Amino acid sequence: MQNDYDVIVIGGGPAGLAAAIKAKEYGLKVLLLENRDVLGGIPLQCVHPGFGLHYFKEDLTGTEFIYRFIEKFKELGIEYYTGSHVMKIIPVSDIEKRLEVITPQGLLELTTTTIIYATGARERHIFEIGITGHRVAGIYTAGEAQTMMDIDGIMPGREIVIVGSGDVGLIMARRFALEGANVKAVIEIMPYPGGLTRNIVQCLQDFNIPLYLSHAVTRIEGKERVERVIVSKVDENLTPIPGTEREIECDTVVIAAGLVPYLKVLEKIGVMIDPATKGPVVNEYLETNIPGIFVAGNALVINDLVDYVVEQGEWAAESAYLYVKNQGIPSKKWRKIAKGRNIRLVVPHYVSGDRDVMIYARVQKPEENVKIRFPEIEKEVKLPVVRPAEMVRIKLRREEIKKAKDKITMEVVPND
Amino acid sequence: MKVVIVGAGIIGASIARVLSQYEGLEVHLLEKCPDVGMGVSKANTAIIHPGHEDDPNKYPLRAKLCVRGNRLWHQWAKELEIPVKWPGELMVAIEEEDLKTAEHYLELAQKNGVPGARIIYREELSKIEPNVNPDAAGALWAPTAGQIAPWEAVIALVENAVENGVRLHTETEVRGIRIEKGEVKGVETNNGFIEAEIVINAAGLYADEISKMAGVDGFSIHPRRGEYYVFDEDAGPKVTRIVHQTPTPITKGVYVITTVEGNLMIGPTAQDLPEEAKEDTSTTKEGLDFVWEWAQKLVRKLPPKSKVIKTFSGLRPEPPDGRWIIEAYDDPWGFVNVAGIRSPGLTSAPAIAVYVVNELLNGRLDIKLTKKAKWNPYRKSMPRFATLPKEKRQQFIKTNPAYGNVVCMCKEVTEGEIVEAINRMKRIGIKTITLDGVKFRTLSMFGTCQGSYCRIRIARIVARETGIPLWKVSLKGKGTEYGIGDVKVLLRNSKEEKKNAE
Ligand SMILES: Cc1cc2nc3c(=O)[nH]c(=O)nc-3n(C[C@H](O)[C@H](O)[C@H](O)COP(=O)(O)OP(=O)(O)OC[C@H]3O[C@@H](n4cnc5c(N)ncnc54)[C@H](O)[C@@H]3O)c2cc1C
Repeated sequence: MQNDYDVIVIGGGPAGLAAAIKAKEYGLKVLLLENRDVLGGIPLQCVHPGFGLHYFKEDLTGTEFIYRFIEKFKELGIEYYTGSHVMKIIPVSDIEKRLEVITPQGLLELTTTTIIYATGARERHIFEIGITGHRVAGIYTAGEAQTMMDIDGIMPGREIVIVGSGDVGLIMARRFALEGANVKAVIEIMPYPGGLTRNIVQCLQDFNIPLYLSHAVTRIEGKERVERVIVSKVDENLTPIPGTEREIECDTVVIAAGLVPYLKVLEKIGVMIDPATKGPVVNEYLETNIPGIFVAGNALVINDLVDYVVEQGEWAAESAYLYVKNQGIPSKKWRKIAKGRNIRLVVPHYVSGDRDVMIYARVQKPEENVKIRFPEIEKEVKLPVVRPAEMVRIKLRREEIKKAKDKITMEVVPND
Repeated sequence: MKVVIVGAGIIGASIARVLSQYEGLEVHLLEKCPDVGMGVSKANTAIIHPGHEDDPNKYPLRAKLCVRGNRLWHQWAKELEIPVKWPGELMVAIEEEDLKTAEHYLELAQKNGVPGARIIYREELSKIEPNVNPDAAGALWAPTAGQIAPWEAVIALVENAVENGVRLHTETEVRGIRIEKGEVKGVETNNGFIEAEIVINAAGLYADEISKMAGVDGFSIHPRRGEYYVFDEDAGPKVTRIVHQTPTPITKGVYVITTVEGNLMIGPTAQDLPEEAKEDTSTTKEGLDFVWEWAQKLVRKLPPKSKVIKTFSGLRPEPPDGRWIIEAYDDPWGFVNVAGIRSPGLTSAPAIAVYVVNELLNGRLDIKLTKKAKWNPYRKSMPRFATLPKEKRQQFIKTNPAYGNVVCMCKEVTEGEIVEAINRMKRIGIKTITLDGVKFRTLSMFGTCQGSYCRIRIARIVARETGIPLWKVSLKGKGTEYGIGDVKVLLRNSKEEKKNAE
């Protein structure tokens, strides 16, 4: 029996759009499902530049960047539903997956050979990062505040404290400052900033916004709305040091404490999750342990550049194409990428040596003048600096991979 | 006859429902918050206790009404379609010597007429509750214990009461009680005077203040805080039963439960706060650490802290000596106290309401009440789209496409449900539609992401349905607005300030 589609892409952000476009170009029958009322995902609400430097070799705003994909997508006449939600995936067999989808047009039951899961990430909230105190108005996640300002045109508050100095936190600090808000502080629990250096300069220093490293917001106080936060220094175990508490008066707290791959539907069907990435365990086709289900973008691993997200989307599309053509990914001798010294996470998790593979990794802590080393295959890449904020992206060639027996360790070592 | 009930918590709402059965009454339910059930009744352990914790010699009312309330909830929950379950409760004796305490409570159970209570030992205990601490010596097993969705209980009661003629006045705060010649004449509120011959004080934490307004002094109510952790719905291992421990002189310990919504929850603490801290529902590091430490002793294993999706606290309205004050008076005639309703107040609410009407109004005050010929005991629950069978879903979307738009992805709540919640709030007379009101009616913003994805989408719907600007939509009424104005409001203001300065 013929499936309704060769590939159903779930999620209409950059990963999903890129995947759908590529899959269509490969000649596959494609459907894209998006939950929001519009295509585009997170970049829609990003009015700041820094998008597309690798992919388009141009510095675009998020909105401009994603618009190019939406236009291309529509030009190709790819089928899609907005306002839709995948309730259930039933992996019937390797070559048939059934989806239950809710749309305002009705309940749909669709069959497909492959799925590309590109649902992005969700934001960590105050309860997950252990902030105690009152549950009052004036507490937002960064993405929510950004949507308020740049999609809905409303202002969240006047006096702002930002929790987390990743790029999202830094960009939001500047965004608030540009609208005349008083950004009182950016609070970072780690001893180093979480975002790119250029953002520290352009978003904080240019606006005289103080950054407190090795500090944590431990408590929010207020009656109806936030009135102040309590901030403490933390020790090397990231535990607040008693006696170092100080108050910062503010009416708004913006939580920019990181993202987590959003995988609700996949988790329900037993997709294996890597505790380090909090995304699925995948092979060099970005395929999960369920054959024919591929993952790309922030649903796979939290990326710092949209260009990588798009790269993964196109990669998953190519995998889906191969899968449809060959009725599956042939079983292979998989070699595991093992995490060595100062490597916090790495994807994909398994490689075969049949093809070149791009490896994305993050380090645990900053280090200067280092080598990324893969001892089993005698490969080394010198880097002037590695930081947790910046993904390390290295291509392994198939002939290199073949040298390894069953695992390839990736480690950071001093370059002497 | 005109009756004013002060406070739309579980107690006020239960009394309103019972009074709505009677002929010739004009019942006004007054609530200072924009919505019902936002006081004590919203944040608690939500257990329908079996009734073995209170000594009938010390707390006769609590002992009697708890067992009755437990029984009544079976019927009320069915009539009102309130989510309940009846898993039974284990008071776990961790050490051998704790079994003595368990036996003491078994005695109380027998005195209070709690059905089926008995002591069980290690082997049976781990069969009844596989996730209990395997080293525990035994437990008092009380099979009649239940659990309820406390906010939905209040909402359902009020919906049903209003359906039967009760008038709800939200954002209406009682500020004084008019008494003439020893008789109640009505209440002064921020919205003017409301005439009444009977005023029933069910004001929760503030019942002492209301009582003072009627000249009935002599007691104060202080808050006793309880803090909790809630885990994500997929976090386990969960417990099947209600699990807590035998109390010690130092602590009552905490509960480990799986809520009716399906989340593992642990808590509460019991921390006495000063009388003026009646709004201090904050959480603290010390409190939460205590909860964690004691919960760990009760079960085999807790989920990791990274699976916590929410922490919260509630305030018990503690009367002096823990005694409920459920009384009517000769002077002032017409004033009825239902004050200091600490635990097991939620359990007992139906029985308290019946007691107030039968013993105090009918009995003590000798008001002759006759039942209406026609009274509707039923209330339909909100549709929960995600749990409907396929054909039903299809049908819902056909008649209203908004049911095909999932707004909250974690809990799979549709736009149709959000709009239905808003309409229901309007129908019972709520003036300010709050995000908390929508949250407790639909369970949106209740899941893994706690609204970080969907809160703005829900706020948009509220703004659209109520015709107010998005930034003015509030979490829980005045002072809790979502934003402060349009995105240029600060720049515009500072420009104007500069101009004015020139
Ligand atoms: C931590 C904790 C755990 C608990 N666990 C359980 C349990 O497991 N089982 C159980 O049976 N019980 C439990 N309880 C007890 C139970 O929650 C209470 O007994 C019950 O909710 C009390 O309801 P109420 O209607 O009296 O108070 P409330 O719900 O506070 O209602 C009073 C209402 O009056 C309003 N009000 C106050 N002043 C005015 C005014 N001047 N004008 C107008 N309106 C006013 C308030 O806004 C409020 O809405 C627990 C309580 C707490 C805090």
